[in-house]
Order: sequence, then C-alpha cells, then structure tokens
Amino acid sequence: MISRLYGPKAWIVLACCAAVVFVVFPVLNLVVPEGNPLHVTAFGVTLGGKIMCYMIVAVAMDLVWGYAGILSLGHGLFFALGGYAFGMYLMRQIHADGQYHVDMPDFMVFLDWKSFPWHWTWSEHFLWAVFLVVAVPGLLAFVFGYFAFRSRVKGVYFSIITQALTYAAMLLFFRNATGFGGNNGFTDFKRILEVPITTPQMRMALFTITGATLIATLLLGRFLVTSKFGRVLAAIRDAEARVMSCGYDTLWYKLFVWVLSAVLCGIAGALYVPQVGIINPSEMSPANSIEIAIWTAVGGRGTLVGPIIGTGLVNGAKSVFTVAWPEYWLYVLGLIFILVTLFLPDGVVGLAKRWRKA
Amino acid sequence: MLRWMLIALLIALCAPGAARALDAATVGKLATGDGDERAAAVAALVASGDPRALEVLKALSDGEMQTAGNRVLIVKDDKAVDAASGEAVTPLPESRDDVIVNNRLRGELDRAKAGLRLMSHDREVRRAAVKELEGGADDDMRPLVKQALAAETDPDIRASLALVSAQLDLKSTDKAARIAAVKLLAGSSSSAVKTTLIPLADKAEPDAEVRAQAKEALKLIESRLARAQMVGLAFSGVSLGSILLLAALGLAITYGLMGVINMAHGELIMIGAYTTYVVQNLFRAHAPGAFDWYLAMAVPASFCVSALVGMALERSVIRWLYGRPLETLLATWGISLMLIQGVRTIFGAQNVQVENPAFMSGGIEILADVVLPYSRIVIIGFAAVVLLGMGLMLARTRLGLFVRGVTQNRAMAACVGVPTARVDTWAFGLGSGLAGLAGCALSQIGNVGPDLGQSYIIDSFMVVVLGGVGQLAGTVYAALGLGFANKLLEDWSGAVLAKIAVLVFIIVFIQKRPQGMFALKGRAVES
Repeated sequence: MISRLYGPKAWIVLACCAAVVFVVFPVLNLVVPEGNPLHVTAFGVTLGGKIMCYMIVAVAMDLVWGYAGILSLGHGLFFALGGYAFGMYLMRQIHADGQYHVDMPDFMVFLDWKSFPWHWTWSEHFLWAVFLVVAVPGLLAFVFGYFAFRSRVKGVYFSIITQALTYAAMLLFFRNATGFGGNNGFTDFKRILEVPITTPQMRMALFTITGATLIATLLLGRFLVTSKFGRVLAAIRDAEARVMSCGYDTLWYKLFVWVLSAVLCGIAGALYVPQVGIINPSEMSPANSIEIAIWTAVGGRGTLVGPIIGTGLVNGAKSVFTVAWPEYWLYVLGLIFILVTLFLPDGVVGLAKRWRKA
Repeated sequence: MLRWMLIALLIALCAPGAARALDAATVGKLATGDGDERAAAVAALVASGDPRALEVLKALSDGEMQTAGNRVLIVKDDKAVDAASGEAVTPLPESRDDVIVNNRLRGELDRAKAGLRLMSHDREVRRAAVKELEGGADDDMRPLVKQALAAETDPDIRASLALVSAQLDLKSTDKAARIAAVKLLAGSSSSAVKTTLIPLADKAEPDAEVRAQAKEALKLIESRLARAQMVGLAFSGVSLGSILLLAALGLAITYGLMGVINMAHGELIMIGAYTTYVVQNLFRAHAPGAFDWYLAMAVPASFCVSALVGMALERSVIRWLYGRPLETLLATWGISLMLIQGVRTIFGAQNVQVENPAFMSGGIEILADVVLPYSRIVIIGFAAVVLLGMGLMLARTRLGLFVRGVTQNRAMAACVGVPTARVDTWAFGLGSGLAGLAGCALSQIGNVGPDLGQSYIIDSFMVVVLGGVGQLAGTVYAALGLGFANKLLEDWSGAVLAKIAVLVFIIVFIQKRPQGMFALKGRAVES
C-alpha cells in the first residue's frame, strides 16, 4: 500500500516537507525571538497558510481536470462556499464584541434584522459548521454534476456552464438580502471555539492543520489515481465513448471525483477564511476560478505534485510582483497563461521529466 | 397664500416690464434683513418682472451671494458683480461675508424661481417650469398658475398648465370645479396625476358624483399607463436583445462556426469602444464642426482595429491551439488579461467619456413616464444592419462560402483547394471585427472602461450556447429571448435576481438540450 503510493525517495521528500511544516515553521515562528534573522513573521505564517489552502484547491482541480479531463471554472465557488459556511460560525463567535455590541453579526444589525434568517440556524455550533463546510459544496456539486454528466455536457461546454454558475452565485452573494453580508462579506473575526483568533498559537495551529490537510489531500489523491478507479478515470479522459462501450457507467466515476474535488475545495476555503480574516463575494469572481486552472497547468496536469509546485510558483510570483511592480502583474499572469498552454503542456513537472530523460 | 396672490397681482401689472436696475434697497434687505423682510424682498423681486431678478434669486440659493459693507455682491469664480446694478466690481473687496439661506427662505426662493420662470419670455424656460410643476404643485402656487394659464399663448404649454391647474382644483371646495378638474385630468396619462386622483375616488370625498367621475377617470388613466408600460417593456427587451446580439454575433462566428473559445472576445469589444473614444477625440481636436459625424468614422475604425487585433491573435497564439479547446480557453483568458492591463497602461484605469452625437441624445416620449432614447433606437437598427450584412456575407460571398465549407468539413475543403489556414484567419478577423462594432455601439449607451468586456463575456457565451453552436438564427432568437426574459423578470424581481434566474434557467436548459435550441440535425459521433 505504502509502496503503491510513492517510491522511497518520494516518501523521504514528503517527510522533509512535513517536517518543515510541523517543526521548522512553528519553531522559527514561536521559539526564535523577533528580530532574529531566522524569525518567521506572522505575515509569513499567514501567507504560507494561505498558499497551502490554494495548493489543496489545485490538487482538487488536478483530480478533475488532470485525471478526468473535466475543466471546471467553478472551483472558486466551492472554495468560497466552504469559506462562507465556516465564516458563519466565525461570525457567531464574535458574540457581542461587534460595533453594535449585540449578539448578532454587524451587517444584520445594520440591515435592522431582528432574528437570524433560516440558513443561519445552528450556525453557532462548531460541528454543524464543519458539516456544512463539507455538505454545501458537496451537495451543490452533486446536483449540478449529476444533471450535467447525465446529459453528457462536457468539454468547453461544461467549463462555460460552471463559469456561469459561479457568476450567478457571485451576483447572489453580492445582494444584501441573501444574508451573507453583501459586498463586505464576513470579516473582523474574534475567536474559534472561544479561543482568540489572533494569538500566535492559534495562527500556528491553523497553519499546521492546513499543512496536514494538504498532505492528506495529496495522499488521498495519490491513493485514488493509483487505484483501479484512477485507471478508469484516465480512460474516461482519453476516450469516454470507448469506456462506456466496455460497460462502465462513466456517470458515477465522474460524479464521484467531481464531488470529492468540490468537497476538498470547500475544506480549503474553510481553512482559508480564519487565516486571511475575510471572505467576500469577489472570491467567486470568474477570474479567480480560472486562475486555479493556471496554477494546475503551470505545475503540470495529472501529476498531483505538479499543481502544488505550480501554486507555489504562481502565488510566489504574485506576492513579489504585487508588492514591487503591481502594474505589471497582469502582464506576467497573462503571459503565463499563454506560454504554459503553448509551450509547457505538461507543466514544470513535465519539463523536469524531459530534462531527466535527455 | 395672501402673499402669493399679491405677487401674482404684481406680476400681472408689470409682467412685460422693461429691464432696469433692481432696487438697491430691496436687494439689501434680501441679503441682510430679518426673516419677514427677506421674504418680502423676494416677493418684491418677483413682482419687478426683471429678468435679472431670477439671476439674483438663483445666486442667493446657490450660495454665491456675499456682502461687502453695504454692497451686495454676486461672487462667482473670484469675479464679483453688484447684485442690484449688475455692474462688474473690481477689484474684489477684501472682507466679504456669505449670505446664509435658511430653510424657510429656501422654500420661498424655490417657489419664486418657479413663478418667475412660468412668466419668462423664453418658451423653453416656461416649458421646463411647467414640467417641474407636473409632479405636483403647492397649493399656494394656485393664483400664480392661474395667472400664467391666462397669459400663456403656446398651445402645448397651455395644455400642460391646464393639467397642473386642474390638479390644484381637485382640492377646491366647489363641487363643479372638482368635477371639471377630474374630467380634464381623465385625459392625462401620468402616474403623478393618478396619485392625486386616488383620494377623490375614495370615501374621503364627500360627493358621490365626484367619486364616480374620479373612478371613471382613474380607470382611463390606468389602462393608458398599462399600455405605455407594455410598450416600454417591449422596447427595453428588444433593446437589451439587440445589445446581446451585437456582443454575441462575433462569438457566433469564432465559437459557433470555428469552434474557438475566445475568452478575449469581451476585450475585443472593449478595444472597439476605445477606438470609438480615440476617433471622437480626433474629431474634437481637428474637426469640431463635423463632430456629429464622428460615428461614421468610428464604426469602420472600430471594426478594423478589433479585426486586426483578432487576426494578430489568431496568427500568433490561437492557430497553434486548434483542436485543444480547453487550452484555447486558458490562453485567450491570458490574452484578455494582457489586453485589459494594456488598455489601463495606455488610457488609465478610469472610465473614459464617449459623447453621443447630437442626433442620438434625447428620445421619443411616448408618455410622460416612458421615453424611448434615440441612442437605443439607433443601436437596434445598427444591430439589424450588422446582422443582415453578416448573413449576406456568409451566404453570398466567396469568403462566406469558404467559411461554411471549412466549418462543415475541413479536410474536404482543403482537398478542393480552399486555403483553410487563411480562411481561419479571415473568419477570426471577421468575428473580432464584429466585436469591435459591438464595442462602438456600447460606447454610446454605457461606461467605457478597461473592464467593459468582462461584463459581456459571460452573457455573450450564454447567448451562443443557448442558441446552439453553428447557428446564426439560433443566436438571434437566443439574444432577443434572453433580452425579453431579463426585462420581464426584472420587472417583478429586480435586476440581480432576474439575471440569476436567467443564468440558472440556461444552466438547466443546457442539461435538457445540450446542443442548444436549434441543434443541427445529424448523427455526428462525438469525437
């Protein structure tokens, strides 16, 4: 089982990465004093946590795009839904510490609502929030995917429809009446499970949980794609009609991986929100969802590790550019889109493989 | 009330009064007197009938009046004019005090200004003044309105004034006057009149005959209003449909016929709009006299610029991605990002101003509340012409024949000598040029900014997808259908919900008919 997932060398690399996340980062952040050149700042921890959330999304994207050939332009929606689901709980945890000192989110007081709308029922319970994080994106993906795959909507058609879905959801969440804070979304979180959210310990806890989730996602993905299930998926990607002729009901294969991918995105979103401290409808903008695809493409589709590397590269570049030369970032991003599709169909990982062979 | 009667009387006495300097004492009281004195001064100024009176009152309510010692000045852009004599005052006195207008005086001023304008010698000023009063006149303006009605000679303005006066008469204690007013108002078609009539059809009205008349009148007005609303709704549906059609026609070629997913289509629209902006500026700078005709130049220019950009894209990027639609989608998205940022670098991130030519501003007023803007009418016509041109091009020209041939069977077309690669470039250029035309049209009715294209890309894809790929007729039906559906839903659920509902409808519809409304019949095996 263990040897099926990765060879010994890869396991060692993975163990090193895990050590960085679970040991090096916490020590450098919490133990090494501020001012020491080795000290990792709070900003660094948050940025790292944020990018790891994106990496989870990219791996999820790779499962559907790289292995099943379904390009989703709606993964930003699942990500944001997970974020909103957990954000509701975070808003309830503010208690009466908001601007109006009422045990209700500020925007509701502002809108002069007297009671919570129906979809906020039980939102004060942590476990219910965790359930929603998984259930909401999963259910939406299931319903949408079931009908789309059943009527054999695929390829670009599917991509455009997922984009329209995301766009519609964004418009919906922008409305104040929807009950998710409209334009401003959720922010100003105070605590999780009654523990203050801004303490270094809490920040580090979220960081390590995100790291653990990322590693688990990677191993789960690896487990799936090396199984018989993964073989069928790849076959569907390459020649769906033939797979169907062989007697496989491709609907359920695609649906399973699609829903799993959406759920992973939801979990990533839920981890993202407390670290970044805000969630608003712009997370659902079509541009964000397409960017997820490019993280995956840069790293290399169908490799699982590739998307993680790609996410790191693109977001690292973004962090550098938006600070140093903000007006050039869109040029760079646009060029990445074009060059990767034209010259790097297998991404960075593919490039490395080619070099090793040569 | 008494004061206004007095004013009306005074106006009647000296309405055609010759222009002369205003009484300095009156102007002085206006600026520095106590509450009653100032009100009296306003009344006196109105009574003078001097055209400069309006100027002075306007300056006062706009906060441009200042005092320097005993002199009252109107100060604008650091230039002072004596309020009473109208002579320029130089140099500007050093110490000046602002004249404060309180709420009471402001109310007096507004009414006085309206009254003065009702009596103006300029027909357009009178028309505008009456228009303002149509929304509902104050009871104390009644003598003024009656006065103006008696003096008015223009039949149009007279009719409007009669309506205003009838609205005032509704509150009269005389039953006959009320009935006459109701009868007159029954011919109106404005919702403001409807609101004023409602109380008379109610139990609050003591007289049964008036009530019956009012109910009758209300019914007439309501049916007229409903009809006007239907016309307005149909018009805005067609208008939105024509805009969607323009935005989607280019996509119908590049995506529908060639199968290229061009996510930069919206940016080609944006480039067309910016080309229009540039042409407009050139005309303004070099040929201001011919400014009204700049569109004649902007239409071909926007077509050409967008077409050239499109052809360059096809040659440099898209060509290498034929047959890989998902990659095309990503690459063209990258192109769109660079185009947006490029426009930001050249023109700045702010929206730019594109001005309508004179003949496109204004509109046909079919009723008080329903105006059909000329710009929209022109765009509907433009969309029809573009559609016709494109239909002819595809059906009758050699290029059209080639495009259809390559679409139906690329290999066979190549075998009989069609230069398929060049046809691809031309077809893509044509689709991009159509996007440019859409941009030129959009610049006339909305903001022009770097993000212009982003707001149309999803809509235009929806139109093409709904209409069915490879189908021009489908695109037309889908655009008009979506336009109507959007406007109808908007009417009872608001713009955002309508948009969401339409998107969800399309998503559901695609599940049912994945090939769109007008799928090509055939048994093509999926590749």
